Amino acid sequence: MSAIIQLNEVAYQPAATPILAHVNLTVQPADWLTIVGPSGSGKSTLLRLIATLISPTSGTIMFRERNQQDYDPVDYRRQVSYCFQQAQLFGDTVRDNISFPFTIRRQDFDEQLANHWLERFQLPTSMMDKPISELSGGEKQRVGLIRNVLFTPAVMLLDEVTTGLDTETKDIVHHELLRLNHDDGVTMIAVTHDETEIAAADHVLTVDHHTLEVKPS
Amino acid sequence: MNLIVTPTALVLAVALVLIALGVSLKQHLGLERDLVIGVVRAVIQLTVVGYVLTYVIKINRAPLTILMVAIIVVNAALNARKRAGTLPHAFAISLAAIGAATTITLVILIATHAIKFIPSQVVPFTGMIASNAMVAIGLAYRSMNASFHDLRQPILERLALGADAKQATAGLVRRAVKTGMSPTVDSAKTVGLVSLPGMMSGLIFAGVDPSKAIMYQILVTFMMLATTSLSSVIACSLAYRGFFNERLQLQ
Repeated sequence: MSAIIQLNEVAYQPAATPILAHVNLTVQPADWLTIVGPSGSGKSTLLRLIATLISPTSGTIMFRERNQQDYDPVDYRRQVSYCFQQAQLFGDTVRDNISFPFTIRRQDFDEQLANHWLERFQLPTSMMDKPISELSGGEKQRVGLIRNVLFTPAVMLLDEVTTGLDTETKDIVHHELLRLNHDDGVTMIAVTHDETEIAAADHVLTVDHHTLEVKPS
Repeated sequence: MNLIVTPTALVLAVALVLIALGVSLKQHLGLERDLVIGVVRAVIQLTVVGYVLTYVIKINRAPLTILMVAIIVVNAALNARKRAGTLPHAFAISLAAIGAATTITLVILIATHAIKFIPSQVVPFTGMIASNAMVAIGLAYRSMNASFHDLRQPILERLALGADAKQATAGLVRRAVKTGMSPTVDSAKTVGLVSLPGMMSGLIFAGVDPSKAIMYQILVTFMMLATTSLSSVIACSLAYRGFFNERLQLQ
């Protein structure tokens, strides 16, 4: 099977000190890869590089065997979706957020699909018109993730998305992400400190000394 | 004409500047140097402009009038660039915005016979249009710079979801346009109640019947609304792209 994501000698050094160097990585479709490492080691930077929110200063990132730079960034990011540690919601209501993926694709809002995802993340469908200022942290994070999965991407880049959530919400989120991985074949590359997520991963890599190392088992 | 400002009166009016200098010194504002530079520049610039305008009005040639319009617009764009911070291509963007707003507004005013295409009318109106456009886009730039700094994550989130630059920044561009237009909209609400604006005051001062002077002021108010909206929209629509690189990444 050909790799869905491949990094070849990727480095990111915007200033004198390198943040990442000599990163080589191959991710197969539907894999769940977990990246661990100390704070400030460049884990989030690695995900942002894969999301093309920043570009490597050297090396290449391939998506489906084609250089990331050859993709239109908008099309690419709709397939390789970066999920933030603390999703910041837009506008006034939940609807403003969940309708955003439709708006940017110039499609009519599909309320049925939106409700389906609210239910999957165990949020009431009545929440659609709730002001975002009234949502709890866990609800905000789930609404944020729904924005990412409404149009199921090929790859999800999870940047500590369950950090700070209570155990129950963490389980809901983790369960749905696992379903996306198992049932829909979405490739997951997750940065986490969470033991459950680490245990669920197919592969665990450590970012340390500015590069990736296979975590000793 | 009942205007009798003599050079002697002007020299005596220096006392007013001394008051400002006194305040700055007493309050330790450190504005003395800027005040002196401002006063000297104002005197030199206005003296030169006075003589140039006298010549341009006397000659009354279309190419010369257009040249004056161009000089005003370029100067306004140069000043607007200073308010743009690190925004790339700020001069070109400001020139396009002020140039387009000035041209469109002037064409409408002349086509509707609100003013005549003669230097004594076109040049002062251009000055008013360009200076208002300059202030409007200066405010819009400031708002845009602040938004791109403060709202970095929401922009990144939109980009990460697959939004293009326009979709990722629609809200903040709208806010910047609104910021640019706000002072003009606010002053339109209070004109005549709080302030007697320059155009109207000038005409009354020169002996024109106030009931006629207000006609011009109404015209100027409408003109300013058009100018600030046009210049803010054009400047913001061109400027937001400068915050992204060719890979649609935030700079």
